[in-house]
Amino acid sequence: MLSPLLEVESLTKHFAVNTGSLLHRRIGWVKAVDGIDFAIAEGETLGVIGESGCGKTTTSKLILLQERPSAGRIRFEGQDIAEFVGPALMRYRREVQVVFQDPYSSLSPRMRVGEIIAEPLQIHTSQTRAEQSTRVSEVLELVGLRPDVANLFPHEFSGGQRQRIAIARALVTDTRLIVLDEPVSALDVSIRAQIMNQLEELQQQLGVSYLFIGHDLATVAHISHRIAVMYLGQIVELADSMELCHAPQHPYTKALFTAALPAHPDDKHERLQLVGEVPSALAPPSGCRFHSRCPHAMPRCAEEAPVRKEVAPGHTVACHLY
Amino acid sequence: MPPLLLQVSGLQTHYVSFGGKRVVKAVDGISFTLEAGETLGIVGESGCGKTTTCLSIVGLLPAGARIAGGSIEFEGRDLTRLGARAMRHVRGAQIAMILQDPMASLNPLFSIYWQVSEPAYYHRSLRGGRLRTRVGELLRAVRIPSPAQRMREFPHQMSGGMRQRIVGAIALSGGPKLIIADEPTTNLDVTIQAQYLDLLKELQQETGVAVIFVTHNLGIVARMCEKLAVMYAGRIVEAGTVRELFNNAQHPYTRALLGSMPKLGSKEKLSAIPGQPPDLANPPGGCAFHPRCPAALPRCASDQPGETILSPSWRARCWLAERQARERDAVAIA
Repeated sequence: MLSPLLEVESLTKHFAVNTGSLLHRRIGWVKAVDGIDFAIAEGETLGVIGESGCGKTTTSKLILLQERPSAGRIRFEGQDIAEFVGPALMRYRREVQVVFQDPYSSLSPRMRVGEIIAEPLQIHTSQTRAEQSTRVSEVLELVGLRPDVANLFPHEFSGGQRQRIAIARALVTDTRLIVLDEPVSALDVSIRAQIMNQLEELQQQLGVSYLFIGHDLATVAHISHRIAVMYLGQIVELADSMELCHAPQHPYTKALFTAALPAHPDDKHERLQLVGEVPSALAPPSGCRFHSRCPHAMPRCAEEAPVRKEVAPGHTVACHLY
Repeated sequence: MPPLLLQVSGLQTHYVSFGGKRVVKAVDGISFTLEAGETLGIVGESGCGKTTTCLSIVGLLPAGARIAGGSIEFEGRDLTRLGARAMRHVRGAQIAMILQDPMASLNPLFSIYWQVSEPAYYHRSLRGGRLRTRVGELLRAVRIPSPAQRMREFPHQMSGGMRQRIVGAIALSGGPKLIIADEPTTNLDVTIQAQYLDLLKELQQETGVAVIFVTHNLGIVARMCEKLAVMYAGRIVEAGTVRELFNNAQHPYTRALLGSMPKLGSKEKLSAIPGQPPDLANPPGGCAFHPRCPAALPRCASDQPGETILSPSWRARCWLAERQARERDAVAIA
């Protein structure tokens, strides 16, 4: 196995909930992320899927140092990122970048494309203007745009082209890891495939790692090497993406697969209908968080939280059934 | 053969701005039919005219848009000729619409009861106890737990999935024969989306209402619809039964759309469609798809392809399909 680039160890983030009154009494905690572990190898894509409120985005914010973890740690090349200061912190920020979901709000309308892409270079390098603009042309060509678009403004581009600009900006600093937070869900179907193919090509060319967050199973499975399935702040299953597609183990993963839309009208699959909706993260169910909606729930599930264990090489599941 | 519920023929809807100097042909001569109880999916990319088609049918076009030609016959009556007053009796009572964002389509200041009862109050003249019973039935039909208590609550007290089910109850409230659902599940989570689609299918079987699904997600069409119309740049480029199109699509755009869909459990490279959707204010000549088409012929750039009939239910607008159909016919005659 390749050495991990990023390791996450029992990572936890709890947000305090206060009363809105003057007294600001604490009335509870939202356990957005509750003890998750995973690793991303050099040149690998780890997909994270789950429904809204499962902690996908909080995880990405913790990795991007936009939030401080309540417990647990994140290691980048073996070093705890919470301890990074000065040049080490700058290096981390340079090598870990992000692409957001909506390319209409993630690019400043008042900056030219060239300025948007060169901004990380101004912050992180001492390159001259000429060097910067050479580098900007280079990454623009990498993402499939003509270098002369650097003089245009974002409003002159379509959604897919804007997302390419956002990817170029994320790549410009010799990035090692890009957090992709639903990068294709705001795009049209035909453009989605363009961007997905582009991301795969860039990875083969540059060896960059991706953390791909999404809620569409087929999209995430297509681009990822391994997939982590999250439910209410915890990882319930982590496996190789093809293995997860063909032999999902956790009842929640199975339910996600049966809920996925068919690729053909004659596709038949067994229905595993989940009852109800995701419970509130403010008061998650005891024991296994999924037991309130699980078709296989046993009395034990309500009392004892299952630990993630290996059911096949590289395939871990948190469920009392295994 | 069951009678036609809806017959749209040659519909043209244009957006006119700058005092008529700029005309955007959002819908440019489309025709389709719908029988009672049938489900039609309309797919296409943003800006292809899907939503304008729906708004033309329900008569809710924004200012600046006008129907420039064609007719929309609903149960034999041409809706394009109805006045605002007559149209109010059709909308809600005969044709209902479900919009994309359930948060924006519910009024936060009125109770669920008020909003679900409104169409039944105006269009079915129910009052008092009978109205209350009707609202209770509707909420039960869309699987809202404890309806008697829930109908006194307000939209902010509901989750996203529940709100979208409430919107479904409002659509059914007037007892319509046709529901137009414009991307009804884009804001919902996967498992909630599956629940909602199953619910719509059950309701359709119970009430026999016809549904037009407007979506860009071919998976929804594969699960829900019997017929499919693929739109590109304001025209229907291919229409047929869902099986005909999924098994053997004739138009390169339909094929490309199907090929750009990631299949679960396969790492096959996606066949992306190069280029961008066209600008409707300035569409390309000939077939609008020719700049992006992998199989474009020289004549595609100059001549607009007509409709080629491939089976009683199946039509495509493509020179390639036309040529193949002609060759097949020649072989059949010889």
